[in-house]
Amino acid sequence: MQFGIFTVGDVATDPATGRTPSEHERIKAMVAIARKTEEVGLDVFAMGEHHNPPFIPSSPTTILGYIAARTQTLLLSTATTLITTNDPVKIAEDYAVLQHLADGRVDLMMGRGNTGPVYPWFGKDIRDGIDLAVENYALLRRLWREDVVDWAGKHRTPLQSFTATPRPLDGIPPFVWHGSIRSPEIAEQAAYYGDGFFANNIFWPASHTARLIGLYRKRFEHYGHGSADQAIVGLGGQVYMRKNSQDAVREFRPYFARSPIYGGGPSLEETMRQTPLVVGSPQQVIDRTLQFREDFGDYQRQLINVDGMGIPLETALEQIEILGSEVVPVLRKEFAALRPAHVPEAPTHASLKAALQTSAATS
Amino acid sequence: MSRLVVLSAGMRQPSSTRLLADRLAAATTAATGAELEVRTIELRELGHDIVNATVTGFAAPALQEVLDAVAAADGLVAVSPTMNGSYSGLFKSFFDVLGDDALVDVPVLIGATGGTARHSLVLEHALRPLFSYLRAVVVPTGVYAATQDWGAESGLAARIERAGRELAAQIAARPPRVVLDPLDEPTPFEQLLG
Repeated sequence: MQFGIFTVGDVATDPATGRTPSEHERIKAMVAIARKTEEVGLDVFAMGEHHNPPFIPSSPTTILGYIAARTQTLLLSTATTLITTNDPVKIAEDYAVLQHLADGRVDLMMGRGNTGPVYPWFGKDIRDGIDLAVENYALLRRLWREDVVDWAGKHRTPLQSFTATPRPLDGIPPFVWHGSIRSPEIAEQAAYYGDGFFANNIFWPASHTARLIGLYRKRFEHYGHGSADQAIVGLGGQVYMRKNSQDAVREFRPYFARSPIYGGGPSLEETMRQTPLVVGSPQQVIDRTLQFREDFGDYQRQLINVDGMGIPLETALEQIEILGSEVVPVLRKEFAALRPAHVPEAPTHASLKAALQTSAATS
Repeated sequence: MSRLVVLSAGMRQPSSTRLLADRLAAATTAATGAELEVRTIELRELGHDIVNATVTGFAAPALQEVLDAVAAADGLVAVSPTMNGSYSGLFKSFFDVLGDDALVDVPVLIGATGGTARHSLVLEHALRPLFSYLRAVVVPTGVYAATQDWGAESGLAARIERAGRELAAQIAARPPRVVLDPLDEPTPFEQLLG
């Protein structure tokens, strides 16, 4: 089971102090969050990609490359990489370079993006969203797996005799997750390829997420990658913790109220009932996360959001400290005890390399 | 058994909008040869959930259950009070969170209430275009009831009866609705690949 932090990368005013960090501060804060994630013993750091204010991560591989140099064991990922509006050739190149620099500590999560104008800004049409995700990813896979690619499609210039360089480290493409909130097509895509499926269940009720994951598991089995309970599932979460849950609620409420996502909607209490948001004690986070397994089956990756909405860096780092010291050690033990032996861990570069060597030795 | 869902966006209790909705439902039932399962929904009770769904993008369980019922209905009676020359905001907001595929080819009977008969074209200028956009099949007769219609021989009863007959005929002309959920039956990936 992998545990990690994911961050959107918004620049927002702290409603408690009225202070707004600069873009420079926010970029450095994301690096600090990533380093803290490794320091406290978590496994993954994943960051979003955005091309409009108030978000700063327009160039994820630049930031992740820098983080790679400042960390030793942390797995670097995305949440998400825009498979719709990015050129799949550039994704193949950028992430192959990152993969080499990070010695294989890289995977990606594909997403379509939900900011309408980004499509026309990058010369695309939002109505082609699913079609772009399907075609671009099919090309990306070939670019990482075939040394020379001839290709023609609807959404980019054809390629003749094209080689994406560098080739993936050890000939092993980065593992890919497909992120979705509501699209059955994306669950179907992840299942078809035997890739991971990340249900971004933040903001959404468990009943809906369970059906989407159920579809992915069923189709994963249908396409012959293993049994439904061996499918590779990731989940999101958002937490704000204090020793006493009342303190957590009191501190978090202004952030909740001013949040562009939560503000003006259901109350904090109702949102906590209906979505994965946990504002409370570390034990409440442990209980809620264990409930995910009850709702969605054994899963492989838990990403948790602790920053954004103007939450100051020091507070975000405190949250990661609590996760590392009080929450994740308990969860690791509990999940490991509950997980049946035939349910795999999420693939990593090391595990894929070992599998490749085993199959080469036996063939 | 066919399923009829009746939506009333009336605000007060008792409400003349609900009264009209009930009369339209009764007329539809009376005109239906087969059995008709009628479910009546007061949008007032879902007001907060409807606004929350607009803001968050997902429906609370109580609202979701109603949205599912509407999306599975064989026929719909939809009645709104007239506000500022149009349907009420709550009425429109419900259909905004319903989604634009839920009523495709579904027979709909529209009704509206208002203080005076001067607003009666609200049916043709507001409600009918909304359901046309949703690609519903709106029966020719819509029923508008002004306050004074409830105490006059203005032909309201005859209009209600005619509208109910039209809706019943449209429901009877269709096989029972089968709702396909893409989460149950996804498009196979080879097909998506083209």
